[in-house]
Amino acid sequence: MKEKPDVLQGTLALTVLKTLDVLGPQHGYGIARRIEQISGDLLAVNQGTLYPLLLKLEHEGSIASEWGASENNRRARFYRLTATGRKQLREETHDWEQTAAIIARFFNVKAEDLV
Amino acid sequence: MKFLRRFLIRLSNFATRRSADQRLREEIAEHLALQIEENLSAGMAPAEARRQARLKLGAPEAIREDHRAEQSLPFVENLFQDLRFAVRMLLRSPGFSLIAIATIALGVGATTAIYSVIDATLLHSLPYPNPSELVRIEANLPGVGAHDVGLSIPELRDLQNSGIFQYASAYFFGSANLTGSSQPARIALKPVTPNYFAMLGVDAELGRTFDPHDATPGFNLEVVISDGLWKRAFAADPHILGKNLRLDNDVYHIVGVMPANFRDQGQNSEERSTEVWAAAGFFGDPAPPPMRSTRLPASTIARLQPGLSPEAAQGHLDALVASLKKQYPADYPSQGAWTIHLTPLAETLVGNVRQSLILLFGAVGLVLLISCVNVANLLLARASARGREMAVRQALGAQRPRLIRQLLTESVLLFVLGGITGFAVLFCARKFLLQFVPESLPRLNDISISWGVLAFAIVVSVAAGTIFGLAPAWLASRLNLTETLRQEGRGSNGSRQRSRLRHVLVIGELALSLVLMIAAGLLLRSFWDLFKVQLGFNPSRIMAIETWLPIPNDPKTDIYRTATQESVMLREVLRRNRTLPGVEETAVGDRAALPLGHGQNDLNMFPLIREAEDVESSQPPLIDTSIVSPEYFHLLGMTLLRGRLFADQDLEATPSIAIINQAAARMYWPGKDGKGGDPLGKRIRLDRVQPNWTTIVGVIADARTESLADAGIPQVYLDIYQRPAKDLAFFLRGQVDPSAISAQVRTQIQAVDAELPVFRAETLDDVLSSSLSVRRFSMEMVALFAATALLLAALGIYGTISFLVNEQSREIAIRLALGAQRSDILTMVLRQGLTLAGAGAGVGLIGALIVSHLMAGLLFGVSPYDLSTFAGVTAVLTAVAIAASYVPALRAMRLDPITTLHSE
Repeated sequence: MKEKPDVLQGTLALTVLKTLDVLGPQHGYGIARRIEQISGDLLAVNQGTLYPLLLKLEHEGSIASEWGASENNRRARFYRLTATGRKQLREETHDWEQTAAIIARFFNVKAEDLV
Repeated sequence: MKFLRRFLIRLSNFATRRSADQRLREEIAEHLALQIEENLSAGMAPAEARRQARLKLGAPEAIREDHRAEQSLPFVENLFQDLRFAVRMLLRSPGFSLIAIATIALGVGATTAIYSVIDATLLHSLPYPNPSELVRIEANLPGVGAHDVGLSIPELRDLQNSGIFQYASAYFFGSANLTGSSQPARIALKPVTPNYFAMLGVDAELGRTFDPHDATPGFNLEVVISDGLWKRAFAADPHILGKNLRLDNDVYHIVGVMPANFRDQGQNSEERSTEVWAAAGFFGDPAPPPMRSTRLPASTIARLQPGLSPEAAQGHLDALVASLKKQYPADYPSQGAWTIHLTPLAETLVGNVRQSLILLFGAVGLVLLISCVNVANLLLARASARGREMAVRQALGAQRPRLIRQLLTESVLLFVLGGITGFAVLFCARKFLLQFVPESLPRLNDISISWGVLAFAIVVSVAAGTIFGLAPAWLASRLNLTETLRQEGRGSNGSRQRSRLRHVLVIGELALSLVLMIAAGLLLRSFWDLFKVQLGFNPSRIMAIETWLPIPNDPKTDIYRTATQESVMLREVLRRNRTLPGVEETAVGDRAALPLGHGQNDLNMFPLIREAEDVESSQPPLIDTSIVSPEYFHLLGMTLLRGRLFADQDLEATPSIAIINQAAARMYWPGKDGKGGDPLGKRIRLDRVQPNWTTIVGVIADARTESLADAGIPQVYLDIYQRPAKDLAFFLRGQVDPSAISAQVRTQIQAVDAELPVFRAETLDDVLSSSLSVRRFSMEMVALFAATALLLAALGIYGTISFLVNEQSREIAIRLALGAQRSDILTMVLRQGLTLAGAGAGVGLIGALIVSHLMAGLLFGVSPYDLSTFAGVTAVLTAVAIAASYVPALRAMRLDPITTLHSE
């Protein structure tokens, strides 16, 4: 059985931050929906795992939350990026791009390049 | 930073029990509602839309659990939950809890008690800054078997200038007469080189200590006094500085008072409670002129340069010694093989008790181990009874690690409660217990039940609870669910591993107690042998009372300078003492003549120069020398073998004579056959400086006056009427009243010279028994621990056999019903007990052989593999094991088969 790569699970926090950065304040469902749209199967099931993660990010100070009204005018918890979160996102994005670039170079390398 | 913030929020949530559960519920409800709407608009049927939304969300319980774990600190939460549960469990079976707590309290309490002694003596033996820099310096002459011969002033200067040490200082420990107050008193005085306090790194509380660079040749007449003397003799006078103190008829002025908590370093408690320190250069009156060959009988300690290890310093020192030998070949004859040796000061101060303390700690460690094993056994028995509880919990979904954690919490709680109880008992009984510690133990006064000791008790309890709780918890949580649940109410009848572990534990317990008992047996035998040893002198009904003749700094003012001057006083005091009620005989000698009652400091070692054998330049051997009056030998019951004793006509003016013991005769005048030639008439000199030869006139039988354990130490005795001594002990034999005699003798001595102090009146029997005090203490403690161990092991085997009988009651009942004899049942149960005892004894004997080999140095007169001790102790252990199995065996025998089988 092929399991969902751990790397993708580990990047869930980063995707949440990025989603909030792009779309502004969102409730849990909205975040889940966006991630699903963009990443496909990363959050197709077990969307509930998002909520403990949101709480963790909030404890770490990267996001903040408050009650607000959803599209159909019901009470919903809205999450938004804090200044700390924005800084964290910038740093992690940079790290990721670097890592990805290095890995990409490894993938593109051919035997004759190394002689 | 991020992590810390998260942790703090969770901690505060935990503390305030703030829950985010309601919030999560609402969020999930909203999430589902939005998802369902979306599904509906995508054209799903309402039921299907709800189902799909739930599927996509995942198991709400799992989410809630993760969410709760993130909100608070689940580990701590569980711990609290487990603790609450553990307390309830302990309260539910108070009998079990009490027995277990008491057993652990015994083990941890005893271990902590011994630890507190070790903490004060071995771990914190030097209360000075950077104690690891302090070293003792000893000069040895291994070529002639002489140890710690002392250094001369030029040698001390070489050390001081060698760059190896910050300070090297010499000191004496001795006495002085403090006069001028109402009663002349003998006080502990330490003449020290002026850098002594700088070397220790301690400053005065009031005033100052000595200037470390002071170079006055003799005493510079400055003294520093202890806080105790300041309060006692000067009523804590704040204007004490500059006041005078008369010591041995010389006037000194006080320059400083040491802090109240200052204790001097020293070999014995007397030295550690020194009260006056006088600065001396040791090279001018009253000390001899500073010649390289004139070694002072002083001790030397030094502070190493910072960062220099004792090993590296020893290397530098060896090089220095080699170059000095080359430079002064005349002063260091090659056959002496002069060396200088460094030892960390802390080691030298506790040297002789270290071994005893380590033995005690080992013994008490075994007791702790046995008590832990006992409790582990109890826990196992309880695990059997709680099999159903565990099964139900597992059936309800509890994970095994979670169960182990809970059981472990229970056992650790039990052990910590036991440890705290033990500590509390120790704390309350500390005054009472300290009475049993021998006074000769170094730093006795510093033994305290401190925070460090409490921490030790708790750490030991937690560690023991974890180690000894783990196996029972492991086995208790490992069970066959259906099997256990089916055996309705009977409890599980113990998995095989569990009963095997119980057997191993009991065997271990028996083995450990056998080891302890054999150790105790061997110590008891050595002590008894030492106690019963042929002394070679008779100490009974003898009293020794000491005095001290002043040594003024100017020899010309000494009224007891010559033997003739001193003998007038001595003869008068002896005559007066003979008239005291009950006194039959009297004699006088120096402190070295006091059998067994003196420490290393009081030994008088002199170079023994034999006429025609030891030439001037060679290195003569050193010999123990005592100075005594003629009546001494008769009073102590020492037998003359050859020649004659001292007589009244031997005076300062008549030829100088000496008496030696047989060991000296054997060693230094071996004769042709090596069995002892004839030393009578041979002439010796005990000093390079004195020109007169001393003739040996008598040989006496060997006596254990120096050490109970050693009969053959060479001795030479000189006549006190020919050679004066300053540190005097008057001996009285007869039916005297020990409480009154001291005052009576004081009156007589002070009637002759009112300035003489009289102190330390002891019977020789007391001296003898206190010389055995450390040995007695360790023997008694090990015996006590062994008895405790035996009791615990007996309880352990009793518990195990009872449990076995309980488990086998059905089998026994069936056997009985089928016609087995009751005596067969008895034998069957007893055999089980005997098997355990046999296995325990087997393992124990191997352990005991190892341990007895290690403690050979503490034994006297008994082989570490003494057959009778090993056999006797094994027999005792077996007998106790049988007795402990007998009670449950009897119960098994009297089992009523009908009731037993009915109840099943």
